[in-house]
Amino acid sequence: MSDAAAAHPRLLVWRRFRRHQLAWGSAIFLAILLALSLAAPLIADLRGIDPLKTELLNRFQPPSAAHWLGTDDLGRDLFQRLLDGGRVSMLVGIAGAVLSAILGALIGVLAGYLGGRFDAFLMRFTDGVIALPLLPLLIVLAALDPAKLGIPQSIAESETFSLYRIVAIIALTGWTTAARLVRAETLSLKQRDYVRAARALGAGPPRIMFRHILPNAAGSLVVATSMSAGGLILLESTLSFLNLGIQPPAASWGNMLTRAQDLLQDAPMQAVWPGLLIFATVIACNFLGDGLQDALDPRSERQ
Amino acid sequence: MSRYFASRAVEIVVVLALMSLVVYLLIGLMPGDPIDMMISGDSKMTSEDAARLRALYELDKPLLQRYLAWAWQALQGNFGYSRSLSQPVLEVLWPRLINTLILEGVAFAVAIAIALPLGMWAAARPRSNVDYLINLVCFGGFSLPIFWLGLLLIALFAVTLGWLPAGGMADTSASFGERLRYLALPVMTLTIAQLGAYTRFMRGAMIEVLRQDFIRTAQAKGLGEWAVLSRHAFRNALVPVLTILALHFGALFSGALITETVFAWPGMGNAIYHAILDNDYNLALMGLLLATLATIVGNVLADLAYVWADPRVTLT
Repeated sequence: MSDAAAAHPRLLVWRRFRRHQLAWGSAIFLAILLALSLAAPLIADLRGIDPLKTELLNRFQPPSAAHWLGTDDLGRDLFQRLLDGGRVSMLVGIAGAVLSAILGALIGVLAGYLGGRFDAFLMRFTDGVIALPLLPLLIVLAALDPAKLGIPQSIAESETFSLYRIVAIIALTGWTTAARLVRAETLSLKQRDYVRAARALGAGPPRIMFRHILPNAAGSLVVATSMSAGGLILLESTLSFLNLGIQPPAASWGNMLTRAQDLLQDAPMQAVWPGLLIFATVIACNFLGDGLQDALDPRSERQ
Repeated sequence: MSRYFASRAVEIVVVLALMSLVVYLLIGLMPGDPIDMMISGDSKMTSEDAARLRALYELDKPLLQRYLAWAWQALQGNFGYSRSLSQPVLEVLWPRLINTLILEGVAFAVAIAIALPLGMWAAARPRSNVDYLINLVCFGGFSLPIFWLGLLLIALFAVTLGWLPAGGMADTSASFGERLRYLALPVMTLTIAQLGAYTRFMRGAMIEVLRQDFIRTAQAKGLGEWAVLSRHAFRNALVPVLTILALHFGALFSGALITETVFAWPGMGNAIYHAILDNDYNLALMGLLLATLATIVGNVLADLAYVWADPRVTLT
C-alpha cells in the first residue's frame, strides 16, 4: 500500500496547502507580524521607549539607533506606534471575522435546514444587505451616542470601548458571506444518508444542525473567515481613518493615517508605513484564504 | 415587462420606507439634538427656553411619532433644511448626486473597459504565467486601502510631480480639459480599487463558459481562438458578470465615499460623511436615502442589460 493512499484526508489537505507557496508564505508573514505586535509592550520595555510619550521638540526625527523608523508628528517612536497599531488592527480584524463567522454560520444553518419562508426571508435579507451602500450606514452606527444606547458612562468612556464598538460594527457587515456559504453547504449535506440515518435514530433538529452538519461545513467556513478577515481589517482602517473607529491616543494603522494628508510634505514616510502594513496584511489574508480554498477543495478552478 | 417594473417599484418603495425608518431611529440615537446646538450657539438660553423649544419642535414626542411626522412631510415633497448649509436638503444634494454619478460612472466605465479584456485573457490561459500575474494584480487591487491609494497618488502626481490638482473640483466656468484634470486622480483611485474584483468576476465567468459544449463545437468547426472568445464566450460570460456587478454598486458607492473624502470631491458620499459628523440630521437622512435609491436604480439598469445580453431571459 502506497503512502499517499493511506494518508489521512487532513494530511492531504495539509500537503496541498504546503505546496501553495504564496499562501504558506502569507501564513508565516502573518504569524511573525502578529507575534511582534503582541509582544509590542515587551519590545517597548526592552528598548526603553514609552510609545505614548509625546515630545514635540523631537518630532519628525529621521530613522536612528534610538528610533528605528524615526518619530511621528508628536515625537513618538514610529516603529513602536506601528506595532501597537498592528495589535489593534489585527485583533479587531480577527475578532470581527470570527464573530461574523459564528453569526453567519448560525443564520446559514438555520436558513438551510429549516427552509421554507424563513429561508426565503433570510436570503432576501442578506441580498438586501449586500446590495446596500453599507459604508454610510456604518458611519452612522459608529457615530451613535453610547449614553442613548443605555451603555453606562464608565464603560463608554473606557479606552477599550471604541475597540468593542468597531468589532461589533464589523461583525454586522461580515456575516453575509458566511451565511450564504453555510446555507449552501447545509442544503446539500441535509440530503446525505448519514444525516437521514441520524434523523431515523431520533436526533432532533438542533443535534443534527450542530453535531452533524456544522462540523462538516467547517472547512468552507474557515476559508470564508480568512477571506473576510482581510476585508474587515480594511474596513476597520477606513473607519479609523475617518476618525470613527479606534480613538487616539490608542494607535491603529487606520487612525495613524488620519493626519497623513497634512503630513505628505513634511514626513511622507509617516504616511507610507501604516498603509503599507495594512496592504501587506490584507493581501496576506487573501492569499491565505485562496490557498486554504485550493487545499480544501482541489476540484475548484481545476479544468 | 410591465409586471417587472411594477414589482421593482414596490420593492423600491418598501426598501426606502424601511431604510428611512431605520436611519431615522439611528439618528435619534446620535449625540445631541437640534436644541443642544442652539444652546451651544446662544449663551443666554435658559433651561425653560430649551424645554419650550423642544415642545415647539415636538422633540419631546416619542421617536416613532416624530418619524411618522417626518414621513408625512416627506411624502408631500417637504424634506427639510440642512442645518449647516441653511438650504433645502434637495437643493444641497442634487448637484452632489450628479458629481458622484460623474465620478462613479467614469470610474465604472474605465474599470470595466480594463477588467473585461483582462479577465478574458486570464481565463483563456488558465494556470499560465499570464493568469498568475493577472491574479496577483487583482489581489493587490482589492487589498489596497482606498484612502491610502488616494494619498499615494496625491503624493506622486500632485506633490512631487505637480501635474494634477490634489483635490476639489473645477467650477462650471472652467474649460473641459481643466475639469478633466480635477477628475483624473479621484477616477484613477476608484478605478484601481474596483479593478481587481471586476477582473476576477470576469475570469470566473469565462472559465465556466469555456467548459461548455458549444465552445468545443465552435472550436471544432475551425473558428480561431479570438473568434471563439469574443463572439461565443464573451456574451455568455457577460450574463453572470452583470448580476455580480449589479450587486457591487453598493460597494462602488462606499468606495466613492472614501475617494470623495480624500479628494474633497463635492459628491454625495462626502456630503453624507460631513452631515453625520456635523449632526446635520436632515441632510444625512436624505443623503442616505438618495444613495440607496441610486444603488437600486443601478440594479434595475443591470437587469435591463441582462436581458440585452441574454435574449432567452425575460423580466417578470
